[in-house]
Amino acid sequence: MTQTSISRRRSAPANGATRPSPHPRRHLPPSAFLIHGVLMVFVVIALGPIFMIVMNSLKTQQGIFGGPFDLPNAETFSFDGYFRVFQLGDFGNLYFNSATVTIVTTVLTVGLATIAAFAIVEYKIRLAPVLSAFFIIGIMLPVRLGTVSLLQMMSSWNLVNTTLALILVYTGMSLPLGVALMVTYFRSIPQELKDAARIDGAGEFQTLGVVTPMVRPGLGAVAALTMLPIWNDLWFPLILAPGRSTQTVTLGVQQFMGQYDSDWPALLAALTLGAIPLILLFLVFSKQFIKGLSEGYGK
Amino acid sequence: METRKNNSFHNTAAKYRYLLLFTLPALLFYVVFAVYPLFATFFISVFQTEGGERSFIGLDNYVYLFTDPTQSGQFWHALLNNLEFFAIHLIVQIPVALLMAALITSDAVRRLTGFYRTILFIPATLSVVIVGFIWRMIISPLWGIVGFPLLGTEATALPTLSFMSIWEWIGIPMIFLYTALIAIPKDILEAARVDGASGMRTFWGIKFPLITPQFGLITILTFIWTMNGFDIIYSLMGGAPGPNYSTDILGTFFFRSFFGYNNIIGDADFGAAVATVIFLFILICTAGYFVVLQRRLRPHEL
Repeated sequence: MTQTSISRRRSAPANGATRPSPHPRRHLPPSAFLIHGVLMVFVVIALGPIFMIVMNSLKTQQGIFGGPFDLPNAETFSFDGYFRVFQLGDFGNLYFNSATVTIVTTVLTVGLATIAAFAIVEYKIRLAPVLSAFFIIGIMLPVRLGTVSLLQMMSSWNLVNTTLALILVYTGMSLPLGVALMVTYFRSIPQELKDAARIDGAGEFQTLGVVTPMVRPGLGAVAALTMLPIWNDLWFPLILAPGRSTQTVTLGVQQFMGQYDSDWPALLAALTLGAIPLILLFLVFSKQFIKGLSEGYGK
Repeated sequence: METRKNNSFHNTAAKYRYLLLFTLPALLFYVVFAVYPLFATFFISVFQTEGGERSFIGLDNYVYLFTDPTQSGQFWHALLNNLEFFAIHLIVQIPVALLMAALITSDAVRRLTGFYRTILFIPATLSVVIVGFIWRMIISPLWGIVGFPLLGTEATALPTLSFMSIWEWIGIPMIFLYTALIAIPKDILEAARVDGASGMRTFWGIKFPLITPQFGLITILTFIWTMNGFDIIYSLMGGAPGPNYSTDILGTFFFRSFFGYNNIIGDADFGAAVATVIFLFILICTAGYFVVLQRRLRPHEL
């Protein structure tokens, strides 16, 4: 099992592109057209709705209702929706809050998960597998069901309506998957490398520093897997930080949709602004994300 | 270096020290903000608060939940809706994700595998809130593409929301199946090809049996995720999700019970009892699943 997952990890980035083909330059059989045809249907279903929203967000209200499938033309093209969203929805602030929460949580999760996973793999004593199992259980824990207690905790610490409250909770719930993933990456590092570092006189912290660059793909996977659910979460922002100054993009869009429900250009612009950063982020990190997903849960 | 080798007792003690030192920060966050609140919730649930005074009332909140006609009616209704929400996800997701994964890993696709995989996963990167509103606008009778009020009719509202959610999450089971499919050693498939097996026969005869454990994983994760569902229902239908509570699930019921919604007043202690019941339900189902089903879906040793 471990053997296959390691070799998979090495070959995945080059997947498909450089895999030696046993029948080079073979003519595509007719079934290939059918397969691509079906896949293109899936692509249209996946991207069509997003495209419709983005396209119509660049039109006037009349343009949106007059011909929802038409591309914006000289008559219907308009940026007004975006102007109104930035005026009314305070999107600059929303982005700032979401970015703060997501970046701080991701850095904390990656950092703490790396140190913990290094120790769990490195110090082979009886406690290590116990700790490892304890973290793995957390992957499936329905953390939201602890919200009543979390809310009381945060209000007794005066942290309600702060981004710090979100950072604390998100870090706590992201760490199990982070630790579990990093453990699989640290396991693939040869023991001799760590021993060599120690013989050169490195202490435990320096040894960690020596091996960390070797688990870089793991750091990427944990970071990608931590970012998306946090940026996209509605539950905790709604309960722990609903105040106007601490709202995240997800919550802000949710409230904006309720408030201006007849201003379609602005609504479509708000949806576009909520969706685009994540799509771009994913396109940059898609390999790490997909690898993290299959390796983090796939045990 | 010499002393380190000889002094093995010191070594073990040092290992314990470093293990604790290195795992402590992660443990602290995980225990304080994820594990502890789940258990503390139970302790909150055996109290009631009146006029700022907390008093121990044992299991009264639970008795109230299961005997009060309104509360228990809504609870069982939400649970059934949630099971329907889960079942629709499972029934639609598994065949569609399997078809996607089989197609993108088929020989005919080759160089475009990565392209399709990334594109088909894009909806899963969006916020559930965004996805919900995107679809609500598209199916809005105002826009006229769909003439029927899918979300405004009791019979169609929950299935419609389920399909929006499936549209978003289909990439995840697809990736699990895709990863299992590309992990199959090439020599096995090559042998089948030499024997003259067709693409279809190779898939059902060799690939499919090797990826069956993934269906177990998909089932249990879908179960946990849908039982924790909330975002799409709340953002489109509100905290008392209509029409006539037909889209109420456990997440929205729990939210209402402790946070309140419109004229419904929330009660933290009662909400804690609701959370505990939901937690136990998920726990029992998950544990039961692992004991019974996981044994049968043991991964084929490669």
